[in-house]
Amino acid sequence: MTKTFILEELDCAHCAGIIEEKIQKLEDVKSAQLNFMSRRLVIDAEESAFGRIIKDAKKIIKKTEPDVEMVEAH
Amino acid sequence: MMTKKMKKRLYRILAGAAVLAGALIAEHGFHLSNNVILILYLIAYLIVGGDVIRKAARNIISGQVFDENFLMGVATVGAFLVGEYSEAVAVMLFYQVGELFQSYAVNRSRRSIAQLMDIRPDYANRKEGEQIITVSPEKVAVGDILVVKPGERVPLDGIVTKGDSSLDTKALTGESMPREVSEGAEIISGCINLTGVLEMKTTKEYSQSTVAKILKLVESQGDKKAKTENFITKFARYYTPIVVLLAVLLAVIPPLLVPGAQWGDWIYRALSFLVISCPCALVISIPLSFFGGLGGASRCGVLIKGSNYLESLAQSEIAVFDKTGTLTKGQFCVVQVNAKGCAEETLLEIAAHCEGYSDHPIARSVREAYKNTPDLTRLAQVEELSGYGVKALLDGKQTAAGNEKLMETLGIPVEKAEAGGSVVYVEQEGVYLGSLVVADIVKEDAEKALRELKALGVKKTVMLTGDSKKAGTEAAKQLGVDQVYTELLPADKVEKMDALMKEKSGKGTLLFVGDGMNDAPVLAGADVGIAMGGMGSDAAIEAADVVIMTDEPSKLPVAVRIARRTLGIVRQNIIFAIGVKVLVLLLAALGLASMWAAVFADVGVAVIAICNAIRALNITGVQN
Repeated sequence: MTKTFILEELDCAHCAGIIEEKIQKLEDVKSAQLNFMSRRLVIDAEESAFGRIIKDAKKIIKKTEPDVEMVEAH
Repeated sequence: MMTKKMKKRLYRILAGAAVLAGALIAEHGFHLSNNVILILYLIAYLIVGGDVIRKAARNIISGQVFDENFLMGVATVGAFLVGEYSEAVAVMLFYQVGELFQSYAVNRSRRSIAQLMDIRPDYANRKEGEQIITVSPEKVAVGDILVVKPGERVPLDGIVTKGDSSLDTKALTGESMPREVSEGAEIISGCINLTGVLEMKTTKEYSQSTVAKILKLVESQGDKKAKTENFITKFARYYTPIVVLLAVLLAVIPPLLVPGAQWGDWIYRALSFLVISCPCALVISIPLSFFGGLGGASRCGVLIKGSNYLESLAQSEIAVFDKTGTLTKGQFCVVQVNAKGCAEETLLEIAAHCEGYSDHPIARSVREAYKNTPDLTRLAQVEELSGYGVKALLDGKQTAAGNEKLMETLGIPVEKAEAGGSVVYVEQEGVYLGSLVVADIVKEDAEKALRELKALGVKKTVMLTGDSKKAGTEAAKQLGVDQVYTELLPADKVEKMDALMKEKSGKGTLLFVGDGMNDAPVLAGADVGIAMGGMGSDAAIEAADVVIMTDEPSKLPVAVRIARRTLGIVRQNIIFAIGVKVLVLLLAALGLASMWAAVFADVGVAVIAICNAIRALNITGVQN
């Protein structure tokens, strides 16, 4: 399944690239796409793995761009 | 509009600039002692670049080097160490100005796209008995009666049950002419009611309504990235470390190997390298250009599902069209009236009355051509002869309308009408009155669309149709299509498509344009599947890569032009940004470019590239 998140306050395009690449490399992530312009992060993974993936993704984001807040889109 | 973060940055820039000005005056006007001057410059530097240094320090602690903060930090601290105080502050100042401008530009284009697609209805006025209750659109059920007042947005798809008005569909279709609606008309959510109060009965839930589907599509537009975007991300990953490595080599090797080379001089050159090593201009302007292109296309009523399709559209080589509903209107229409010995109106009147009871599509088109409603009381003894036509008594006179075979059986000699359509011959009391030609007519702009595609370099246009050979070839001739395949079953279409896919050259792409009805497998098989008439057709919005909101084939060349222009802008930005950077790197290595040039090559180039990228949003010149 895929889940979509909004990365609020994302305004560094290069950081977006780094964040995307690192999330793609997380275990159990089938695919991850971060669009800098729309600030949308779409992650595809097994539902059971999402809890851990979201936690790790948030860590990656904190480390790369501390101002950015990751929230789930509805 | 500036965010809080941007305002803070602006104040820091202004304050820092003021202190820098003071320091420059102190140095050159009053010749104060070196220490005082250094302190003034340091204050200015900390005001302007304090956050950069802080972020750089934090990133180093967490094990990340090579980010832009770190690079700018090292470059400017280095400049202080080699004694270039004013340059250190100025470089940081310009870097911040560039950053501010970048976030401003990105924010603005995000906002303008959001505005463009601001079609979400906020509420619905539901009629409950005599009362009107305001509810959220999600709460409205199928079959509810809603009231839409002038100035309000139609919240759900439905049918008008009362009232006349005109609707503004611009946000959905890019079409600026308002659409007139009255009782019985289907209306689509997202349009704005302009003039009269309408009552409507909903036919879909909100989540299934056009507006919800379009919003979903637009929001996920950027999720599929163009190859160029991925290339730039990769490029940035290698570019920075390479330039930093070069900077280190430049700082160390010449002073060690070249006799007489000064450490300070070469370190200064190396610092310029660090300033240029940030790939910002590219990584920000390329997605911005694609985003602008997608936004510009939306403004024209063409929804493109991802920037990868912009790339494919730009390289279109073969364009394949479905016939009915795509190039033709998909509805029968009287295209020729050949009256013999009576007025055209009389012929139409007689024919329309004869066909007064028939449900056949041809009969319907004849009645439509006769603008008035047939007076059925004038008819008697109506006899529908399946496969032939109709015989009846009209005002007591023996009348018949039907095909050639019917006239033959009645022994009436006819004047054969020549046209690619069905012919209805009419006689009364044994006298031949003339014929009507009924055909599925081609859309007004279809021929122009095909011509423009050819002019844009599309090598071949193909039409696939399930229609008869006669009707298919006739339409193809009229439209100027290169190749036509007729009498195809849906499975044959897929087969023909596979064969055509093999015909294109290496980089060229194949477009398939259909109306979204029963052609999902063909849409999926093409490089770019384009569905027409997205308003109202759910299947089309889901299956296609590109949705043309209106029924106009002429939007296709518009989409290709937008794609080409967007890719042109992308290419300009790549060449410009890399070109300037390489040039300044070379000049800096030779000692010909100062840190000023370096900061221009960094943020200056980014600003120019962003301004260029914003052009992609502009649609004047690409529309017909």
